[in-house]
Amino acid sequence: MSGVIRLRTPLANADVEKLHAGDKILLSGVLYTGRDAAHKRLHELLRAGQPLPIDLRGQVIYYTGPTPAKPGRIIGSAGPTTSGRMDAHTPALIAYGLKGMIGKGARSRDVLDAIKQYKAVYFGATGGAGALLARCIKKAGIVAYEDLGPEAIYRLEVEDFPAIVINDVHGGDLYASAILAYAQS
Amino acid sequence: MREIRASNISAAVAELCIRANYELGDDVYQTLKDTTATEESPAGKDILRQLVENADIARSEQVPMCQDTGLAVVFVELGQDVHITGGLLSDAINSGVAKGYSEGYLRKSIVGHPLERNNTGDNAPAVIYTEVVPGDRLKITVAPKGAGSENMSAVGMLKPSDGAEGIKKFVVETVKAAGPNPCPPIIVGVGIGGTMDKAAILAKKALLRRIGEHNPNPADAELERELLRLANGTGIGPAGLGGRITALAVNVETYPCHIGSLPVAVNIQCHAARHKEVVL
Repeated sequence: MSGVIRLRTPLANADVEKLHAGDKILLSGVLYTGRDAAHKRLHELLRAGQPLPIDLRGQVIYYTGPTPAKPGRIIGSAGPTTSGRMDAHTPALIAYGLKGMIGKGARSRDVLDAIKQYKAVYFGATGGAGALLARCIKKAGIVAYEDLGPEAIYRLEVEDFPAIVINDVHGGDLYASAILAYAQS
Repeated sequence: MREIRASNISAAVAELCIRANYELGDDVYQTLKDTTATEESPAGKDILRQLVENADIARSEQVPMCQDTGLAVVFVELGQDVHITGGLLSDAINSGVAKGYSEGYLRKSIVGHPLERNNTGDNAPAVIYTEVVPGDRLKITVAPKGAGSENMSAVGMLKPSDGAEGIKKFVVETVKAAGPNPCPPIIVGVGIGGTMDKAAILAKKALLRRIGEHNPNPADAELERELLRLANGTGIGPAGLGGRITALAVNVETYPCHIGSLPVAVNIQCHAARHKEVVL
């Protein structure tokens, strides 16, 4: 559990099965961004049995809505948004083949069940570290839902993006276990 | 009677929007550095270090600390002897917000109607609170408020018999329910008394205080200390990864209230505690 695990997207079941709550990760490869509005659209497409604008099978979604890039920069600040708001749309995406999510905050029971059943992983990125995390993003471009502005789906190429495993396929939950060590009655 | 031009108000608001998002307050910065040493949890220490590094990058590169550059909450203290010329105060503030969010490459995060949810495109309108005060100055405070923290806030209409213990229970439950979502370590604003809405505004105003400053009323200051102890006793820690530092401060504001009411509002603030002010 000590030391850092380097992972590259896309992720297969074998990749996510090796991960445990508390594992420190450096993620490289492609991430797709998505927040409330994009998730609503994706879920509607899944319900209607229609294809998604991007093939998300094996991919990792990063819950973020970046600030606009200053001239000469790849992207603006891009830290994680609160994952819980996407919970309603997540089990369907995981069942479809989404393998990872990066965000902050606890997930619902339904999401945790889907993670176990369909083999996916939920990573936490440091909330509020928008400027720091943006440094890991080497390429960025909108690939879907441009009309949503900051809520568009971006394709990001990242190098050594730091994250921590919050929920794994084995039922491990870092938020639940970590607090126990420090809670005082 | 002193005249202040609407265009000067707009320019000042634009500047405050940008600085509030790029530059962490010196009191918050120092507190984050200090708590990096006092936090016992290794994961917690690491988070605090990252937040300090993030603030350094944001300030030196002049970029936003966080991608959620917030809804612009603007507090105005309007001197009674001020005469605003060249436009309406609210228009001046809203165009200042639009200007700041455009020129500062800040995110446009406002929808025009809460159910239709179409982005307004310029991060306006602001939420504006104006108080008329003695004098001929105009003090403007811009406090961009992100959704992560704001969504974890709560108002409770307690019974007078619930008393201080009821207040403590409500505050701690709100902090616990928030968990990792508001990007701990948090700052907690508590408004007690008034009415439902007054308590909420007090709670938000409480977030504007410098860290380490207590309520001048000794009993309220004692409540602040006790609430901070209880918040840190939850063990939530930085980023909710477990630790001793869950809250950097708990600030209490009170107001007279009805003999039958004990309203309490808890406004959660993230560690960035963004607010910048100017006096025109």
